[in-house]
Amino acid sequence: MAAVEWSKSVGKDSAKPVRMRAGEAFVQALKDEGVEVIFGYPGGAVLPIYDILYSADIKHVLVRHEQGAAFMAEGYARATGRPAVCLATSGPGATNLVTGIANAYMDSIPVVFFTGNVATAAIGSDAFQEADITGITLPITKHNYLVKDARDLPRVIREAFHIASSGRPGPVLIDLPKDVTVAEIDYVYPERVDIPGYKPTYRGNMRQILEAAHAINLAERPVLYVGGGAVHSGAHEEVRALAEKANLPVAMTLMGLGVFPADHPLSLGMLGMHGTVAANWAVDRCDLLIACGARFDDRVTGDLSKFAPHAKVIHIDIDPAEISKNVVADIPIVGDLKLVLQDLIEKVQPKRPEAWLKQIDEWKKEYPLRYYPRDGEIMPQRVIEAIYEVTGGDAICTADVGQHQMWLAQYYGFKQPRSHISSGGLGAMGFGFPAAIGAAVGCPGRQVWSITGDGGFQMNLQELATVKSYNIPVKVAIINNSFLGMVRQWQELFFDRHYSHSDLHTNPDFVKIAEAYGVRGLRVTKEEELAPALEEAARHDGPFVLDIHVAREENVFPMIPSGKSVADMVGLKGRLES
Amino acid sequence: MKHILSILVQNRPGVLARVAGLFSRRGYNIESIAVGTTEDPDVSRMIIVVDAEERIVELIAKNVHKLIDVLKVQNLTHESYIDRELVLIKVNATPRTRSEIMQIVSIFRAHIVDVSDQSLVVEVTGDEGKIDAIVSLLRPFGIKEMVRTGRVAMARGAWSDEGQQQRPRVIA
Ligand SMILES: Cc1ncc(C[n+]2csc(CCOP(=O)(O)OP(=O)(O)O)c2C)c(N)n1
Repeated sequence: MAAVEWSKSVGKDSAKPVRMRAGEAFVQALKDEGVEVIFGYPGGAVLPIYDILYSADIKHVLVRHEQGAAFMAEGYARATGRPAVCLATSGPGATNLVTGIANAYMDSIPVVFFTGNVATAAIGSDAFQEADITGITLPITKHNYLVKDARDLPRVIREAFHIASSGRPGPVLIDLPKDVTVAEIDYVYPERVDIPGYKPTYRGNMRQILEAAHAINLAERPVLYVGGGAVHSGAHEEVRALAEKANLPVAMTLMGLGVFPADHPLSLGMLGMHGTVAANWAVDRCDLLIACGARFDDRVTGDLSKFAPHAKVIHIDIDPAEISKNVVADIPIVGDLKLVLQDLIEKVQPKRPEAWLKQIDEWKKEYPLRYYPRDGEIMPQRVIEAIYEVTGGDAICTADVGQHQMWLAQYYGFKQPRSHISSGGLGAMGFGFPAAIGAAVGCPGRQVWSITGDGGFQMNLQELATVKSYNIPVKVAIINNSFLGMVRQWQELFFDRHYSHSDLHTNPDFVKIAEAYGVRGLRVTKEEELAPALEEAARHDGPFVLDIHVAREENVFPMIPSGKSVADMVGLKGRLES
Repeated sequence: MKHILSILVQNRPGVLARVAGLFSRRGYNIESIAVGTTEDPDVSRMIIVVDAEERIVELIAKNVHKLIDVLKVQNLTHESYIDRELVLIKVNATPRTRSEIMQIVSIFRAHIVDVSDQSLVVEVTGDEGKIDAIVSLLRPFGIKEMVRTGRVAMARGAWSDEGQQQRPRVIA
């Protein structure tokens, strides 16, 4: 094989085309995109690519399950804001990615997924390890490509990164038949992309922005409702500037946490099913709701017909298909949130809706998030507070899915965007631990904690081998209630305490499991052991697993039951009113 | 209510599946679909007829517009438009009924394109009303088979995809 000079500039601009195999072009294109790392797993169809990776100077993290690779790539993208890359083989390798791709799609995360496929001549014949992965992922990718001609590869990769990371971000998949990866091509990395059907709108319509400013100036009970779009857009400073200029209380979705500091006097915390009383009441009573990169998800709105019934709605989103999808927008603004807010801030007059802020402060004082410690038990909420204390409140924390996910969202008090990483739209168990690995790879030097359930951890704990082999210093805190806790909570509240198949008391010994992988593990069963154990984990130079046995039947409150409205909220004071 | 969507797409494999998937995932049935290249061989036009409430059609149309391979989406139902469909109808015809059928055919300015001792094949082109009318008149004779192209439609007036005059309402 002709040795290729790996460099940042090969083929760029009008440089002379370089003859190389498509597998080499794949690596070179990633380097031209500034990609640092691939999360992947080999197999027959991608062996030609792995043969190139053998000598290429690009980092590759070998996972233990392709789903782990997909979630790691997402964790990386969510923590860094840069598009991530994931690589898997054909057939089972590709189908193992599907949950991860769906998760990235639901939360608008820029990941470029590469899959191998059987040779072009065999495609469609049910060949060994063939799967129609472009067909399978049609509804869960922003776009996907089946590359049948190797000469298209540089253009396709260039387009894929552009599509994944611009407009409303999202996953893009590129399927590479095996013969395509060994074909020789003249490599030039295209400088520009030209996709006639893809022109996101970035600047908001000025007339609409003026109308929005006018509405804000007139509002007596305004609320800013901030979602994950604010993270993607990098609009946290603008959100803060707008909120402070007009003294707008800020409610965040699960995906929006961290955009606005939790300890800011204008913060209402999270809204929705397990949101704060103040956030939900404020939205319920407000006369103006300013939705910023949020999509009125049912976990936020509950019963749509009773959501924000008195509010005029301003909806700012880069995706026109989100406008008026669930809630009709009175003032729709399509554009990039950061740019729209910059224009909007100028037009908004400083003000202070005194009575409204006073009302909200009263709610916040009367109904703070709270729980009731019990003797001899470690309260799960206390664990989150203790992790906050140990990490000084500025760790990157990933959640899995379930009760612990809600407690993390409620009790960590996130202060910066991209520090809270959670599977929001899909709610995919197994996400948290690999996502933390990806975040740690992307943010060396940051403290990264995986707050997980005993159920969810078991969906991807094989990645302990990955943290061990690269010594990735992720700290895992298993909030172990020996239950599928959130399922148990619903069964307790809505199914007569029929704990049908949600009891996990036959859990394995997680400390021994960690140790079997060569990772330090420690069990915590008493409150007084908690802080020292967390400190030991934080100090330890490398991965660490804490198996923290918490109160088994604690519930997440407040709660608006699914499909209900604010009036049906229970547990306002942190437990069921008797 | 029936809506006619006119969708300009890049002529690529998979684009039909992408568009159709946005209807099927919401459980809406496409009543007819006609696809063909435009004056530009890289660009195809799909004319899709769907029966759904306005709000749903609007949502689907916005999502269709989001597809990377889609260039333009237009709901012709809100415009003044011309629509045509071509239908082949194989109808039972005995020596006794043949002349009656041929009268109907000539009233509708349709054509007989095949004759056998027991049937005729009628070719008819027209808008929805005309097609419905001839079908209902031929039905009593016994329709053995019917093939329809699906409706094609075009906005009236001087407007074109390139030109800007009298630009009809474009969704998203
Ligand atoms: C892949 C997947 N399967 C099932 C579910 C349904 N589910 C949601 S929360 C939950 C329980 C999670 O239990 P655990 O991981 O122990 O966390 P806890 O709720 O106890 O904090 C389940 C089964 C899911 N979200 N994802």
